[in-house]
Amino acid sequence: MALKRRSIKDSRGESTLFRVRAMVGFALILLGLGVLVARYQYLQVQRHSEFALRSENNRVKPRAIPPARGLIYDRNGVLLADNVPAFRLEVVPEQVSDMKTLLSDIRDVVPLGDDDIDAFKKQLKQNRRFDSVPLKLHLTEDEIARFAINRWRFPGVDVVPYLTRRYPYGPLFAHVVGYVGRIDADDMNRLDADRYKGTSHVGRSGLERSYEDVLHGEPGYELVEVNADGRVQRVLETHAPTPGKNLYLSIDLRVQRAAAEAFEGRPGSSVAIDPRDGQVLAMVSVPSFDPNLFVNGISRADYSAYMTDTDKPLLNRALKSAYPPGSTVKPFLALGGLELGIRRPEDTVLSTGEFCIPGQQRCYRDDVRGGNGTVNMVRAIQLSTNTYFYKLALDMGIDRLANWMGSLGFGKKTGIDLIGEAEGILPSREWKATRSKYGWFPGETVIAGIGQGYWNVTTLQLAHATATFAGHGTPYAPRLVMATAAVKEHAVPLPNPPAGPSLIHKPSDWNVVNQGMEAVVYGAGGTAMQAGVFKGFPLTVAGKSGTAERFSRRSNDYDTNKNLAYLATRHRAWFIGYTPTESPRIAVAAMLESGAWGAADAGPIVRKIMDAWLVSTGGPVPPKATPESAPAVPSSVPEVPEDTPVATPADTPAMPPESASSSPPDDGGNP
Amino acid sequence: MIDALQIRLQRLLRRMITRPRIDLPLAFGLFVLGCVGLMTLYSASGGSMAMITGQAARFVMGGILLLLISRIPPAVLRGWTPWLYAGSVCLLLVVAALGEVRSGSKRWLDLGVLSFQPSELLKLTMPMMVAWYLHPRQLPPSWKDIAVVGILIGIPAGLIAEQPDLGTALLVSAAGAFALFLSGMRWWKIGSLLAVVGAMVPVAWHFLHEYQRNRVRTLLDPESDPLGNGWHIIQSQIAVGSGGLWGKGWQHGTQSRLDFLPEHTTDFIFAVFSEEFGLVGVICLMALYAFIIGRCLWIAMEARDTYSRLLAGAIGMSFFVYVFVNGGMVAGMLPVVGVPMPLVSYGGTSAVSLLTGFGVLMSIHANRKVHD
Repeated sequence: MALKRRSIKDSRGESTLFRVRAMVGFALILLGLGVLVARYQYLQVQRHSEFALRSENNRVKPRAIPPARGLIYDRNGVLLADNVPAFRLEVVPEQVSDMKTLLSDIRDVVPLGDDDIDAFKKQLKQNRRFDSVPLKLHLTEDEIARFAINRWRFPGVDVVPYLTRRYPYGPLFAHVVGYVGRIDADDMNRLDADRYKGTSHVGRSGLERSYEDVLHGEPGYELVEVNADGRVQRVLETHAPTPGKNLYLSIDLRVQRAAAEAFEGRPGSSVAIDPRDGQVLAMVSVPSFDPNLFVNGISRADYSAYMTDTDKPLLNRALKSAYPPGSTVKPFLALGGLELGIRRPEDTVLSTGEFCIPGQQRCYRDDVRGGNGTVNMVRAIQLSTNTYFYKLALDMGIDRLANWMGSLGFGKKTGIDLIGEAEGILPSREWKATRSKYGWFPGETVIAGIGQGYWNVTTLQLAHATATFAGHGTPYAPRLVMATAAVKEHAVPLPNPPAGPSLIHKPSDWNVVNQGMEAVVYGAGGTAMQAGVFKGFPLTVAGKSGTAERFSRRSNDYDTNKNLAYLATRHRAWFIGYTPTESPRIAVAAMLESGAWGAADAGPIVRKIMDAWLVSTGGPVPPKATPESAPAVPSSVPEVPEDTPVATPADTPAMPPESASSSPPDDGGNP
Repeated sequence: MIDALQIRLQRLLRRMITRPRIDLPLAFGLFVLGCVGLMTLYSASGGSMAMITGQAARFVMGGILLLLISRIPPAVLRGWTPWLYAGSVCLLLVVAALGEVRSGSKRWLDLGVLSFQPSELLKLTMPMMVAWYLHPRQLPPSWKDIAVVGILIGIPAGLIAEQPDLGTALLVSAAGAFALFLSGMRWWKIGSLLAVVGAMVPVAWHFLHEYQRNRVRTLLDPESDPLGNGWHIIQSQIAVGSGGLWGKGWQHGTQSRLDFLPEHTTDFIFAVFSEEFGLVGVICLMALYAFIIGRCLWIAMEARDTYSRLLAGAIGMSFFVYVFVNGGMVAGMLPVVGVPMPLVSYGGTSAVSLLTGFGVLMSIHANRKVHD
C-alpha cells in the first residue's frame, strides 16, 4: 500500500486501462485459439478422408507369401524333387552401419564364398534398404550354432527359415527334372514380378523350367502393419498362397536307374518311350551331375569342374546331342519304300559289296566285302545291307525321302515337354540350300539311305521315331509328365492326343519291317542275334543296330586295327528296339558316344532297360543278358562298320560329294 | 539457530498444506492439464512407465516449487527482479562463452550435477523485469519507456536467438511485449511499432540460419522435400487429419505408435493427442487452455499493483504463445520451432519453469486487492 502511494501515478486509471487491455488481450487469445481450432477443423474434418487414407497407406503394407513349389514324383509316387526347410543368413542393409566391416567380421563366424558376397552385393543394389537380402543360403547346423552365439555382434543380420529344393536322387534325374536356381536380375526382367514376389528360386533347367508355371503356384499375401522403418509390427490379414501342382513323371525310378547304370559311366544317352501314348519311361544322359549343387548357388570350384570335364556332364545328350544315326534309319526307310509304293517286300537287290550310281563313277561300299548277295527287304534289314538302301534311297529321291523321314519326326523337335531340344539335321534340298552354294548331288541321297552324310539325330528323335513305328505309325509327342495334382487333390492325367493320323496305311507294311527288325534280334546273321543281346528275354524283341563313324577314314589303322578300344574311339554305337512285337509297349533308343559296335555295345543297354521295364510292369525277372565279354566280336560280325561312311557331317557338314567319292571302294585287307 | 530454522520451516510447510495460498480454479485447471499431459504421454511413449514417472516427478517438483513461490509476496519478488534479470542475462553470456553444444545449438549449461538452459529462466525474469521497469512509470508508457523496454527485451532475446533457439527467443520476447501491451501502450504506437517490425522481417530473414530458412520454406511447400524437412510437417498433418472428428481412440494412434511421427513425445505430442482424440479432443483442450489463460488474466485484474498486474497478465498471455506456436506447428500452419505444448510435451525444464511462473501467479492471487 505504501509503495503505491509513493508513485505519482493514477492507479485507478491504470487499473481500468489494464482491465481493458486484459480483456482485449483475452479476446485476441480466444481469436487465436479459434484460428487454431479452425485449422484443426480443416485438417480433421474437411481433409479427414485424405489424411485417413494416407495414414492407412503409411501403416498397412501388403506382403507376398511365396507359394510352396510343387513336388515331382516318378510314376509310382517316389519323390524326385522335394521342398525341405533350410536356413539362410539375411541382412537388413538399413540396420548395418558399416557393411564392409560386417562382411569381413562375419566371415570368421560363417564362412562365406566370394560367390556369396558377389550375389549379395548384386542384390543389395536392387533391394530397398529395409528389405532383407540373403547373404548365405543353406546354412549348416554348425554355422547356425556358431552364428547364434555371435549374433549380438551383428545387428541387422539374422538366420531365417525358408524352403529349399532337394533332389534325393541327385544325378539320376538331373537331365530330366533339372534344377531350380536363385532368381537373378535377368530372371526378374523375364518373370511376372507379382507372381514371384517373395520367391527366391525359379526353374532353371529340365522339367523344373518347362513346368515352371505349373510348379510355381500362386503367391498369397498378407497385410502387415509396418512402422516408419518398414519393419513389420503384426499381421492384420492373411490370404494363403496356392501351392504349385505336383508333377507325376511317367518314368519309373527303377527303369531310369537301370538305364543309367547300363552305361557304366561311358558317355551316351538313352530314351525309352511307351509307343501307345508317347510317355517317356526312361531318359538318361551319361555322365550326369548333381542338381543339388545348383539350388543355392554352385561354388566356382564345382562349376568349373563340370565345365572343364571333357565328358560334359551338364550336357543333356538325349535332348541336345545330334549325331548321324547310321543304320538305325534303315527300317524307317524301308517302311517309306513300302508306303510310297517304291518297293514291294519281295523285291530283291543284289549286293555285291559295292554300289555305283548308274552312269556315274562314284561307288559306295557294302557292309561285308563281297556283299550279302540277293536280298529282299526283310533280309536287307536283318543284314543291314547297304546296297539295298542305297538303291532304295536313290529310287525314292531326296525329296520323298526327306518328306517321309520328316513325317517320322526327324529334323524337327519331337515336342517333348522339355526346353532346348535340338532339331538335328534331316538331309534335304532345303536344308542344304541354306548351307551350301552347291545344289543337291545324287551321292548325297545315296548315303542318306544309310543314315550318313548330313544326317544328325538326337537319341530322343530316334526313340520317338522307333516308338511311332512300334505304335503302328501313330505319332505321339513324347511326354515326361503324365499327370499333375493340385495339393490335396487326386492326380489328373495330362492328355496327350496323337500328334496326327497314323503314318502307316497298310498294316502289312508294318509287318514286313517288324519282321526285318525281329530278324535282327533272332535271325541268323542278325547283328543283335550274333551279339546275343536279347538271349533269354521272355518277350519278342525287334531291333536295329547302327554304328556310325566319328571320323572319315584317313589312316591305315582304319583298315588294319580291329582292336575294340580303338574302334570305340572312332565309332558311335546306336541301338533301337521295341517289345513285345505283338503289341509294343516300350520302344528304346540308346547311343554310346564311343562304342565299337552298335549291337554289341549299345544293344545291351537297350536290353537292360527292357529288363528293368519288364520287372517294373510286374513281368518275370528275365535271366541275365549274355555277358558282354562273351562273343564280343563274333566271327561273322562285319569287320568294317555296317554303315560305311564316306564322309561324316561332323567333320565336313556341307562337303560336296566329289571329295566323298574320292575314297576308293573298300576291297578289304583282311584275309 | 538450526532449531529455529527447522521450526520455521515446519511451520511454513504446515501452513502450505493447511492454508494453501493458491487459486483453486487455476490449480484445478493445471491439474487437469497435467493429467491430460500424462495420459497423452503414456500413449505417445508406447506405455513407457519410465517416461511417465519421470514426467510426473517433474510435475511434483514443479508443484512444490509453485507452492513455495506462492508464499513469496509480489513485493519481495519485485525487489529481487533486477538481480534475477541481471543474473539470468549473465548466465546467457556464460552459455554463449562456454556452453555445451547439444544437437547443433549452444543452450545448455553443465553444472556438474544437472545441466539446464538459462534461457528458460528468462521466460519468467523477462516479464518480471519489464513489469518492474514499468511499475513506477507513468502509464501508458512513453516512447522513451518503450525504447528502454525494447532494449531490456532485445538483449536476452538476441542472445537466445544466437544460440540458436528461435522458439525460446520468441517466447521470451513475447512475454516482455505482453507486459508492454498490458501496460496500456497506445494503439497507434503499437501499430507503428508492428509496422517497423514488419518492415524488418526481410532483414531478419537475412540473419536466419539456413536450417531455419529451410523450415520456413518447407512449411510453405512440405511436399517439396517429403523425406527431409517436409517429413515432420507431412506426417504431423497426416496424424492430425486422420484423427477426424472423434479420433482413433486413446493408444490407437498409428502415426505415433509406428514411429511415422517424429518427436512424438516432445514437440509433436499434440499431433498424437489430435490423432487419438480428434477435433472434439482438440476443442476441449483448447477450452482448457483458454480457461487457464482467462483465469490468469482474471488474477491479473484483481492484482494489487502495476507490477503484479503486468507480471500476471504477461505470464498468462505468454502461455497462449506456447499453445498457439506449438499447435500451429503441429497443424502445419507455422514453421517448426522448438516450442513445447505446455504441460503436455515431455521434458523437464519447460514444465518446471511453467509451474514456477504459475507459482508467481498464485502469490499475486494471494496478495490481491481487498474488495470492499
